[in-house]
Amino acid sequence: MSTFYFAAPDALLGWLKKLAADYRVLAPRREGRSVMFRPRTADELTDMDELLRRATASPKGAVIPHSETLVRFSSTKDAENPARLDTTLDAPCGDVPTVLFGCRPCDARGFVVLDRPYLEGRFKDPYYAARREALVIIAQACPTAFSTCFCHWVGGSPAGREGSDILFTAVDGGFVLESVTEKGAKLLEAAGFASGEDRRNEAEAAHRKAEASLGAPSTLENIPARVAARFRDEAFWIKETEKCLSCGACTYLCPTCQCFTITDEGSQLDGRRIRSWDTCMSPLFTLETSGHNPRTEKFKRMRNRISHKFSYYPQSYDGEYSCVGCGRCVVSCPISLDIRQVVKHAVEGAPEAVAEAAPVPAPKPAPARVKASSAASEPASPAGEPKAAPGAEAAPKASAKSEARPRTGGKSKSGKKSR
Amino acid sequence: MSVLSGKELRIVGFLCNWCSYGGADTAGTARAAQPTDLRIIRVPCSGRVNPLFVLKALMNGADGVLVSGCHPRDCHYSAGNFYARRRLEILKEFLPIVGIDPARFEYTWVSASEGQRWKEVVTSFTERIHRLGPAPKWADVTPRYDMPFSAPENRLEPIRPLGCGANPSLPELRESIKKALAEGLEGVLGWKAGFDPLHVEPVFMQTPEEVDHLVWGPFNVHNLANFLPQYKGRRIGVVVKGCDSKGVIELLAEKLIDKDDVTIFGMGCNGTVDLNRVLEKLPEGASVEDVKCSGNTIRVTAGGQEYTVSMQDAAQDKCRQCTNPNAVLSDVFVGPRVTEPMPPADGRSGALRFLDELSLEERMGFWKGQMERCISCHACRSACPMCVCRDHCVSDARDPAWLTREDDVVQKLFFQLIHAQHLAGRCTGCGECQRACPMGIPVFALKQQFGRKIKQIFGYGAGMDVNGVPPLLAYQVEEPNIKEHELS
Repeated sequence: MSTFYFAAPDALLGWLKKLAADYRVLAPRREGRSVMFRPRTADELTDMDELLRRATASPKGAVIPHSETLVRFSSTKDAENPARLDTTLDAPCGDVPTVLFGCRPCDARGFVVLDRPYLEGRFKDPYYAARREALVIIAQACPTAFSTCFCHWVGGSPAGREGSDILFTAVDGGFVLESVTEKGAKLLEAAGFASGEDRRNEAEAAHRKAEASLGAPSTLENIPARVAARFRDEAFWIKETEKCLSCGACTYLCPTCQCFTITDEGSQLDGRRIRSWDTCMSPLFTLETSGHNPRTEKFKRMRNRISHKFSYYPQSYDGEYSCVGCGRCVVSCPISLDIRQVVKHAVEGAPEAVAEAAPVPAPKPAPARVKASSAASEPASPAGEPKAAPGAEAAPKASAKSEARPRTGGKSKSGKKSR
Repeated sequence: MSVLSGKELRIVGFLCNWCSYGGADTAGTARAAQPTDLRIIRVPCSGRVNPLFVLKALMNGADGVLVSGCHPRDCHYSAGNFYARRRLEILKEFLPIVGIDPARFEYTWVSASEGQRWKEVVTSFTERIHRLGPAPKWADVTPRYDMPFSAPENRLEPIRPLGCGANPSLPELRESIKKALAEGLEGVLGWKAGFDPLHVEPVFMQTPEEVDHLVWGPFNVHNLANFLPQYKGRRIGVVVKGCDSKGVIELLAEKLIDKDDVTIFGMGCNGTVDLNRVLEKLPEGASVEDVKCSGNTIRVTAGGQEYTVSMQDAAQDKCRQCTNPNAVLSDVFVGPRVTEPMPPADGRSGALRFLDELSLEERMGFWKGQMERCISCHACRSACPMCVCRDHCVSDARDPAWLTREDDVVQKLFFQLIHAQHLAGRCTGCGECQRACPMGIPVFALKQQFGRKIKQIFGYGAGMDVNGVPPLLAYQVEEPNIKEHELS
């Protein structure tokens, strides 16, 4: 049962300042024209306007940092026997209690999307689990939708509670805070705010207003199967990605993109094994040690990105998309590629969801490097066949790869030695 | 590498195998007393010294870097040191923009017989570094997150009138493209309306219907030259603004595309906008319903309200000082040519003017703060028409590993230095690196620093001549504008 509280802006700031004593508080900070989630000290938590800004990059770094040290290793040579090394390993795992303040409901839902591959299944990723455990999410209900927002296409809403521990809504003269989970309730109980039951209506009115500001809802049906059925339609993907720069900004800004690579940095005697964000837009993502690369062209990479979000992931996790509709990939794309349009085009007029029967169209004037055999170089993804894991499409080849891809339950292999 | 704390500093020396390394040997054999701070790395030739060696050393904590090779005209490989001289001179001029004292880097010539000279070079360089003291650490400087030069009141006044009204020649441009398609072009790169009226996106037009949707105006920000190499060997066309045409020329000059394959369609450009400068006038995230442009005023209707933005406010910084509004090279030029202004007396961008005023340490702080928000997506690289290595960028290599994959300011800035260094003398100034940056990091300033130094020393601007040779890929036996740096 949720409890409602009301806090004036000063009271909310005061509470945040107090939280900053016991928690690492991640909150929006203006940097240039961008807004980033950063650890903020009590002294910095003064500008409410800044704290309510929508962040340029998603807050996923709170649980999957851009780079994190999995293991530190240092070796000393035995003075008597230089061939002998004494190696010490240190695996820092665990995180300080963290409050994430001011993310939007779509961002909060992003954590739920990340939880599935990292926490479900046979293996839990201990690094992720520790960070996730230590995290309290205080989400802000969106006052209004952005033109690039499409959370309602993928099952979310500007006031969605999924993933949040606390949801707060701006109303006249302050904020209505609603506890969503036990974690959130505890935090709010200790805050000493006045009851907000009488302001609930106002908050709900604000939610309805935000809902109404969203664009037209999606009419697309049977998306996962239809996107899967597009797999072999290379001409379609070439056309859709003609203007793509293949940079990867979309994946790094995305609250649900979860892929990483593992590398060893430093020297063999003293170094770190780190895990860092990787992007399927990069040719290195699928480069195998043999030199073979199943995704040499950008259309294959974008096909993977779209298919993972709208086909493979839903097939693995009860039809849930690996997209929360935050629109960051649209708004920040250097060439304004709109993922909504790509999915729409993929679904509309897609060959019916029988992948085997899907015709392989003669490649239209294809880039010079497209080989005739390339259609068969990646296994098609037959509709309806449950996928074992995100990225499973590339899984059969993963054993030959030098750098590990994330797979369910952190079954990740170690990366190759860097030196 | 152990350093006698407090006594020695970290100085890295790159010595050519044939002269300077021999010279150091001669000094040693003669038992000449020398300071011991220098750590020598032997290279086959000073021409082998990639400027990135020097940058990597300085970025990662070296207090000084010395490069020494054979005297000019005395290179074992005839010309290696002539190339080195150009690269290293430009590098030295570049360093201050990121806050590195150029005195921490020196290059000189010592022959194998000059043991005495080597001793003097090492002694005087080491003394110089000791006078400078240990290099400031990136970890110690105070980061700075703001970008005052981008604030509305600090934007430079355009040197020519900018406009955004409809170009009356657009129908004519469309017709000429249709004609070219009918005559056998496979497609033409242009722009079409994007997901809202403010956004325009690149399109590869192959049918007359697609050509009918070609747009031209202040939102045509993308440099379509970027896409040309991926169509290599296919007969296509490209629509260009003046700045874009320079990218096409540079690609032609470097023989990365073939002139016979590419038809260039040009039209006079009245300036393009920095979209963020339009968006900052609107409520955050507002749905844009309509955009009307006339004269130099953009009227945006968003959320039922009208907002006006003038081109003076909204123009990209590069457009404010642009002297090439017309395609420098084109096969089809449609409509009247825009009057080309004289180059301004002070051609520095707002960013460079700002950086020039800062102390070295403040510049370090500036870049530290700016690079902190870099997400390493490398859109800057992907959007750069001159980043032609594409899938084989040196920064992605693991062996040699130029960069670690750590989320660290030094790594992220070093990536930018790699980009800027590889663009030195090749950058045509389209500014796509900065426009593409989702975090709005002013990375273009680094390329501009190389650009202005190349202009000063070699009088060269990239992208003006298909027969031009980037200065760092050439040399002169006597360099009129490079002075010897005396060390002894």
